[in-house]
Amino acid sequence: MKAIDHVKGSREFLASVSHQEFLDQRLWSLRQLRDAQMKAHPEWQQLRTLASEIKEHTLSHLDHYLEMFERNALANGVKVHWAKDAQAHNRIVHEILADHQVKTLVKSKSMLTEECEMRPYLNERGIEVIETDLGERIQQLDNEMPSHIVVPAVHKLSADVAKVFARTLGTDPDNADPHYLAEQQRQKTRPKILQAEAGMTGCNFAVAETGTVTVCTNEGNADLSANIPALHIVSIGIEKIIPSMTDLAVFIRLLSRSALGSPITQYTSHFRAPRRGGEMHYVLVDNGRSARLAMEDFWYSLKCIRCSACMNTCPVYRRSGGISYGAVYSGPIGAIINPTMDLKKYSTLPFASTLNGSCTQVCPVRINIHEQIYKWRAIVASNNELPFAKKSAMKAAGKILASPVLYRALVDTANAVMPKLPRILVYNSFNAWGEAREIPASPRQSFHHWYQERQRRLAGKTSPADGAADTSTPAAKDKPDE
Amino acid sequence: MKIALFIPCFIDAYFPEVGIATLELLERLGCDVDYPLTQTCCGQPMANSGCQSDAAGCEALFVRNFSDYDHIVAPSASCVHHVREHMDAIDQNYNVRHVRESTYELVDFLHDILQVRDFPWAEFPYKVGLHNSCTALRALGHAAVSEIDTPPFSKPMTLLRGVKDIEFVHPQRPDECCGFGGTFSVTEAPVSAKMGYDKVNDHLSAGADFIVSADMSCLMHQKGCAQRMGANIQFLHIAQVLNGYSPASHKAGSL
Repeated sequence: MKAIDHVKGSREFLASVSHQEFLDQRLWSLRQLRDAQMKAHPEWQQLRTLASEIKEHTLSHLDHYLEMFERNALANGVKVHWAKDAQAHNRIVHEILADHQVKTLVKSKSMLTEECEMRPYLNERGIEVIETDLGERIQQLDNEMPSHIVVPAVHKLSADVAKVFARTLGTDPDNADPHYLAEQQRQKTRPKILQAEAGMTGCNFAVAETGTVTVCTNEGNADLSANIPALHIVSIGIEKIIPSMTDLAVFIRLLSRSALGSPITQYTSHFRAPRRGGEMHYVLVDNGRSARLAMEDFWYSLKCIRCSACMNTCPVYRRSGGISYGAVYSGPIGAIINPTMDLKKYSTLPFASTLNGSCTQVCPVRINIHEQIYKWRAIVASNNELPFAKKSAMKAAGKILASPVLYRALVDTANAVMPKLPRILVYNSFNAWGEAREIPASPRQSFHHWYQERQRRLAGKTSPADGAADTSTPAAKDKPDE
Repeated sequence: MKIALFIPCFIDAYFPEVGIATLELLERLGCDVDYPLTQTCCGQPMANSGCQSDAAGCEALFVRNFSDYDHIVAPSASCVHHVREHMDAIDQNYNVRHVRESTYELVDFLHDILQVRDFPWAEFPYKVGLHNSCTALRALGHAAVSEIDTPPFSKPMTLLRGVKDIEFVHPQRPDECCGFGGTFSVTEAPVSAKMGYDKVNDHLSAGADFIVSADMSCLMHQKGCAQRMGANIQFLHIAQVLNGYSPASHKAGSL
């Protein structure tokens, strides 16, 4: 598997000014709404600390809480399944559906099912899967992965959606009115929801003490998916566990405020037991999470509650768009989660960051995202996944910068030669810096040489008697010490 | 006060005027400044690329150059941050720990250690957009950040207020990253340049004559963008403004 080319993806996204500007402004407005919520709550930093501590406690006692959750779920009449990886998850879901002769599955948005690539798996086995979240439905119809974990189609303009719907749902390609598009989608999807034999939801929080699954949506689509068909399957990443309903309150206060800057999602639904005559299944999925939990520097990433605040604030994400990350999880959180799943494929993502640190400051569960990105770079390099040119350049730079003689020779040569070079030699396809920027002009002399001249001048003026002349005799001090 | 001056490699090579202003400013303020002549770099370019082992020789040289001093001062937040937080490619002996603890970014040194507030020799009758680098802002804590609700403060602004006739303008997104990011500027050139253009435009819309920053690396990038854009805006390191830079007397050769 080749490494994701984030630069190519970003170049493609940046090519359309209107798309990039819309994405930047839309997500920046979410960031500002989030800031307003943060400012309206003097206890915000305390809440973040509390949320972080609850998650760290739970993750460091995960076996205990997972078993408690299972015990309570079983007592509530829920069937519980354990999936070691994506394949096991998909197989288990398919078995449940096959047992019930399910032809159509309606589901709400779940990053985990994206992670497991469940849709194609079920499609190949004759089961139609219908996404009920509007953004996710748009992405499904366009056969494209979500570009954002909360607003999956945010990189599309309404005219793009009109085209997708015209192609797949037979709507008017020239009508890009969002109300028209939403209503058309609703009319086409509702009958499927009513016919479906099974519904699936994701899980925002799994409460151990009650066996409850809490799902937060703004469209109410999870409730339709869960409540209309008699069979309800919930896909749950094992890191979603929290100990108690009291803890849940902390996360509910933080989630939507961090994500969209709204106090709470329109719907916060709690599912605990199958309804009369129905069946409910929990599929608890590991898929690399236990391995991540064992990584000393990186287990904190499991605290993530998938709010997307890090994406909304990320200046790189707002320029490159989510698709450029080539992964289910994009943006800063993606840069630290994806490499745990496939280091080679996602080796470029920790470098798609300026390490500006804004992500860490907005994270509601205090994940040190930018510090983890920095640490992943070292892991990528030590696993030999750096591009050859970069690796060689760093080796050479390390040698030059460790030697005052080589370094000085390089600076002097550059300052002497650069001003004399014809522009075409400097600005060409080998010079990524110069593609859209000018290179700084070389000065007449480096600071180093200016300083030496000054010291010689000062030494000449000072009488040897006052002893000042020898404080930095350049000739003596300039000798490289190796 | 006896201090050592660390002039980062790119300032040494491309922006000697920033090194000169830093040295002159510290001397004006009564510091006895040494500039160890065998200095090169702090090791950040290699370490930020994940190549810690390639940074080891450079870091060892840095420690040899600076371990005899009580204070080491550098006009660059990102280099100082590397020394303080990330200089770990080498064995952490006494000298290394001493150097790491004793290295100060210029604004911090002026504001916290020397506690200077007035720069009576400096006059700057221009509209200034202040650019805080992400490292200065979020790692060194130069100023309040928009992500967290703290009482407003800004060390660089406090210092610049000690300059006569200076006027500040206020960009829309003052603490959005400008897109330099070290090797990011080359390996992720399209996004980096776009961020730089957006940053320059934000300051232009706010009416800035000058963008002033404690980080020359951000300004090197922003200036490269502005020149290509054909934007009428100038760039100065904060040391230059505090040292009494006057555009009239620097018509040629500088920024």
